[in-house]
Amino acid sequence: MNLFEFCHGIIHWLVDLVNNVWYWLGDFLPWYFWEFFTAVGDFAASESHLTLMTILLETLIIIIVALINVLNFLWIFRKLSGRILDFYGPYYVGYRIGGWLQNLADGVKLFVKEIIVPAKADRLGYLLAPIIFVGSSLLILAVIPLSVDFGVATNASGEYVPAGAVFALAAFSIAPFAILLAGWSSNNKYTLIGGMRSAAQMMSYEIPLILSAASVFLLASSFNFVDIVDAQHDVWFCIPLFIGFVVFLVCLIAEVEIIPFDLPEAEAELVEGWTTEYGGMKFGLFYMTTAVRSYAGGALATALFLGGWQGPWFIPDEIWFLIKAYIVYTVFMWLTWSVPRIRIDQMLVFGWRRLLPLAVLNLVIAVAVKSWGWV
Amino acid sequence: MAEMWINMGPQHPMTHGLWNLRVKVDGETIVDAEPEVGYLHRGIEKLCEGRTYPQIIPIADRLCYGSSMTWSHAYCLTVEDLMGVEVPERAEYIRVMTIEMQRIASHLMWLAAYAGDLGLSVGFTYTMRDREVFVDLLQGLTGSRLTYNYPRIGGVAHDLPPDFGRDAIRATRYMEKRLKEYEDLFEGSKIFMMRNVDVGVLSKEDAINLGVTGPSLRASGVDYDLRKDMPYSVYPEMDFRVATHSDCDCYARYRVRMDEMWESCRIIRQAIEKMPKGRWRVVAPRNAPVGTGVGRVEDPRGEAVMYVVGDGTDRPYRLKIRSPIFVTVSAAPKILVGYKLADVVAIMGGLDMCIGENDR
Repeated sequence: MNLFEFCHGIIHWLVDLVNNVWYWLGDFLPWYFWEFFTAVGDFAASESHLTLMTILLETLIIIIVALINVLNFLWIFRKLSGRILDFYGPYYVGYRIGGWLQNLADGVKLFVKEIIVPAKADRLGYLLAPIIFVGSSLLILAVIPLSVDFGVATNASGEYVPAGAVFALAAFSIAPFAILLAGWSSNNKYTLIGGMRSAAQMMSYEIPLILSAASVFLLASSFNFVDIVDAQHDVWFCIPLFIGFVVFLVCLIAEVEIIPFDLPEAEAELVEGWTTEYGGMKFGLFYMTTAVRSYAGGALATALFLGGWQGPWFIPDEIWFLIKAYIVYTVFMWLTWSVPRIRIDQMLVFGWRRLLPLAVLNLVIAVAVKSWGWV
Repeated sequence: MAEMWINMGPQHPMTHGLWNLRVKVDGETIVDAEPEVGYLHRGIEKLCEGRTYPQIIPIADRLCYGSSMTWSHAYCLTVEDLMGVEVPERAEYIRVMTIEMQRIASHLMWLAAYAGDLGLSVGFTYTMRDREVFVDLLQGLTGSRLTYNYPRIGGVAHDLPPDFGRDAIRATRYMEKRLKEYEDLFEGSKIFMMRNVDVGVLSKEDAINLGVTGPSLRASGVDYDLRKDMPYSVYPEMDFRVATHSDCDCYARYRVRMDEMWESCRIIRQAIEKMPKGRWRVVAPRNAPVGTGVGRVEDPRGEAVMYVVGDGTDRPYRLKIRSPIFVTVSAAPKILVGYKLADVVAIMGGLDMCIGENDR
């Protein structure tokens, strides 16, 4: 049973229940209401309505799972930084589970803070930017399946969103717009410079990212996550496309904006970069969304290069997928705490003169492997 | 993009204190810079005129939170020069040992702040952790961790605790192991080298003309260290090398400070081995004679000078403090112009700002 059938069953049961009550209510009314009641009931029981509701429920489940993973990620982020940087990390809130509840406590604290808009800020843009940022980042998660059976499908046979990988990458690249909007509308010189840096950084690292993803699409002959993962049944794509894998990871680090590429929010020179003027839960949303994007990045790297949910049978597919995504994230964090921050001109030089030729070379390798007779 | 002024400070992560660096940027490139200091002015020079000579020692401690021992030592040297007090030899060795420990602690704090500025979190926590070793030693000796109030006019406050020499030698051995690790951590990182090499070049002529002293001057290739060139205390007895570097950039300043830490470890060991037995303090007179006294020491940040005028009472008529950082920061516009905004943190971090002594 896949997630669609599971959700469809729940929705079907719910609609039946509500319809029974609905028709029972209708019996108390005069006959000329009956037609209306029947029409509404029929619409509720119709397959199109059921499918729509099912997809909404699936999305809700996927996002809840993702957010639980994000809490795990934040916890790993803090504990691992403690391990590497020689301190304990959170341990007091949720003492018996290693301080796991600390993030919830921080979230509650941020939630009850006042929403402050700077007097000279552009109110609409200032409030809209976090919404776009969070929304576009959660959108990525909707199309990434955790296994053949666990993802947002549109019909009972379990087919996922066509060209889901392209959709995920497209959603991934909406964020610079939100960041530029946040930086500009805050009306602060630090945020402005941060937003500009972010736009330059994300645009220049988007291209090698897409190019190395393109080599995967070429080998798998598909834009669909399930097909891409199935194509890696024998050999994971990170082996023939090793250069592309490395380029992809580096670009992901730049897209997620963590050290060494966290120039847009370089706290040493730009205070907190483009999030300087944001406080309370708006800052919390940015903070959380960075982890959401790390999760999405890890999931993309897993699905495109690391064989997705494939692994020995004794662990469920979904867990395999999460293990790989967590490992990618851990490597990111390891890198983050071990290197300094790079400068903006050096970063652009690195992106255009090193990563872009490497990504093109990787594409050439992919074409060669494909014409050699792969799959 | 149009040119605009950016205020980096007085509340800014880059400043490490309370001062304001106004930079004029064209996009990301700096076209002008202007340091503004004075936010932390406490009127220490005037404050000292109302205190007796021994009461000023704790105030001198508070001149710099990074290297308080050096400043109280400088003050004691100055007043001893005024009063003509002969310090026992054991006290001189203890002083040299403590100020070299203070130099290591100060340089480690600089390294931590520098790593934090460059975004290297692990460098920050590791150096601060190892600074604890020396802070703990000094705490065992003096009883406090930041403002020690240890030197006295005519010696030091009290003798070494038992086994202090053994612990100190052990600490220097530990530190040398750690210094190797830091060199791997920092110089082994390609990004660190990219951020430092050829950034913030201060030529030899500019450094001399602007009056820059200390590690920043030695990093510009000038072999000038008061410990060698105008020896005070028992530095002539010590065998050490003056660290210089001819690259004039941020990397040279980093390298000079690392070399100084190696040399400080050697000096501490020599001081402990050569330390004679005997008295550690003589009684200084209550009233100073009419006259002047000067003390010049090599602070971790440069050349610290104190000048005191005595008028025959138990209080100084005037106490003048020459802060090395106050002079060094005036070189900031010269170094900063032409580099990127992100280089501001590398350059100003490399100068090792300490606002307490700067604003006095």
